[in-house]
Amino acid sequence: MSQVIVDDLSTLVEVLIGDGYRVIGPTRSGSAIQLAELTDAGQLPAGWGVETGPGHYRLRRRTDNAVFAHSAGPQSWKTYLHPSRRKLWSTDRNGTFEPAAEETPRYALLGVRGCDLAAIGKLRDVLGGGSHPDGSFQARYQSLFVVAVNCTEPGEVCFCASMGTGPTAGAGADLTLTEMPDHFLVSAGTAGGRELLARIGHRDATTAETDAATAALDTAAQRMGRAMPEVDLRALLAGSRESSHWADVAERCLTCGNCTMVCPTCFCTTTEDVTDLTGDHAERWQRWSSCFELDFSYVHGGSVRGSGASRYRQWITHKLGTWHDQFGGSGCVGCGRCIAWCPVGIDLTEEAGRLAESGHG
Amino acid sequence: MAEPMLPVRYRVAGRTVETRDSATLRLVPLGPALDRFRPGQFAMLYAYPVGEVPISISGIGADGALTHTVRSVGAVSRALHDAQPGTVIGVRGPFGTAWAPEDAAGNDLVVVAGGVGLAPLRPVVLAALAARSAYRRIVLIAGARTPDEFLFRAELAAWAARDDLEVELTVDRPADGWDGTVGFVTDPLTRLRLDPERTAAFLCGPEPMMRFSARVLLRDQVPPARIRVSLERSMKCGIALCGHCQLGPLLVCRDGPVVSYAVAEPLLAVPEL
Repeated sequence: MSQVIVDDLSTLVEVLIGDGYRVIGPTRSGSAIQLAELTDAGQLPAGWGVETGPGHYRLRRRTDNAVFAHSAGPQSWKTYLHPSRRKLWSTDRNGTFEPAAEETPRYALLGVRGCDLAAIGKLRDVLGGGSHPDGSFQARYQSLFVVAVNCTEPGEVCFCASMGTGPTAGAGADLTLTEMPDHFLVSAGTAGGRELLARIGHRDATTAETDAATAALDTAAQRMGRAMPEVDLRALLAGSRESSHWADVAERCLTCGNCTMVCPTCFCTTTEDVTDLTGDHAERWQRWSSCFELDFSYVHGGSVRGSGASRYRQWITHKLGTWHDQFGGSGCVGCGRCIAWCPVGIDLTEEAGRLAESGHG
Repeated sequence: MAEPMLPVRYRVAGRTVETRDSATLRLVPLGPALDRFRPGQFAMLYAYPVGEVPISISGIGADGALTHTVRSVGAVSRALHDAQPGTVIGVRGPFGTAWAPEDAAGNDLVVVAGGVGLAPLRPVVLAALAARSAYRRIVLIAGARTPDEFLFRAELAAWAARDDLEVELTVDRPADGWDGTVGFVTDPLTRLRLDPERTAAFLCGPEPMMRFSARVLLRDQVPPARIRVSLERSMKCGIALCGHCQLGPLLVCRDGPVVSYAVAEPLLAVPEL
């Protein structure tokens, strides 16, 4: 794939907006990098990086003006593709069920790392790949324009290299950027990407420039803060159902569900049936839910998974193991968000490592 | 098929009180009917304005009517249970896997039901009786806590009177006039002289009841692949999108509720899975 050089992203953002896209990208908001709608490339968080660790996330000033040199923030793109709350339908006592009128925004996602590009693919498989696809998700997904970013700045909690999802972004993006000290190397992955690239100023990359980008990515792959144990995780988790280790995790886990909210692939939802004050009008809403909620597994008589140990086991087993059975791949992309945003610093890679050491699987 | 998240309007055309907390509703479509259900499949039933729960079908009408037997155990099932003729109910489906009694053709068919677990198995018995010559023995073992808690009592009596269907009823607590068995469904099941090479068994009821019944069948050399059970888990969507019904590798709404015991056994053995 031929690569070209673009000096800055202002024209890219302008052209996407001109084409009717709502451009979503990272911005600095308070004390975190947050995804938000961009009207100008100047809103990208130039010169901001992050320090992460188990239960730890802090912005830090960088010595350069890099705009994508901050590993995953608390949000992921599922915020836009699979909104946290949406109306499904409304009805009256004897009325028909009216589907919610829903706009389908055309999103251009700017700055999607390899881990998150893989996560979008996993959401597509879960929400769009079954025999009853989620039409709302599909409409959003099909109108996406994705600008991926090869990650040259992995964080302390990242382990995408061991999940095979990064730091080089995989296939599926319209354009893929590699951020270098004073320019971006750009390659197009789709006809739409090529067409757009033709409309923004660029020049061909020199061999030295592409070699420098390749070297930066090789270095990044070596600088991952974490790795999953090199075992068959699906077999490991299936063999660990009755491990004594779950009791140990349960002593630390608060069952707060933060890991599931920040996870870019966690897709679980619940429904809420509501009425207006007259009682003559009812609506059904869908919102994100978490397998850490006590009533998530409620059937008449009680919850199937009452203990914290069983709920943590459910989460990690689904993420790393049974996702393979259900959707044909791992549910984890190695972004490390669940480690950084766990208030007690539970580390998915460490827990998997301990299970592996205890000889299961 | 209709938009799977959007209920279709059905009207309660008939309501039969089964027990002190269970009723059977006959639902007829107010517009185009949903696709035909197969025995074992379930619908998501919406009671205005309370909410929605998964309920297996207990009968399938040739005219598109659906029969659901609902036990009142929570806010939504209470509203459904109480729904009087004329009430409009929202229905989504058909969802999930089926018993497929036709797979058992040529064999002895053993149906074991505990409590309201008889409801999803009723269409199996009706389908097998409708194709009676396709099967060898047909045995129905049904258990209830008390004699008053059997569903479909008139139908059970009619079935018991037939000579081409063996019916064994058992209760935990007898009442005056009960002359049947007292004990778990495993008791009559243990007494059956099975031909394990030619037996297919369908079990539905509380998980311990299915586990113990399956254990009896396995001890009698019935292969786990020819034992089917119906699983129950929390469901919000019914179409493998919401994640609530996970049981190990299964999404019960998509991969169940009816599964082979070969699949279910290692999952039902683990507490809080």
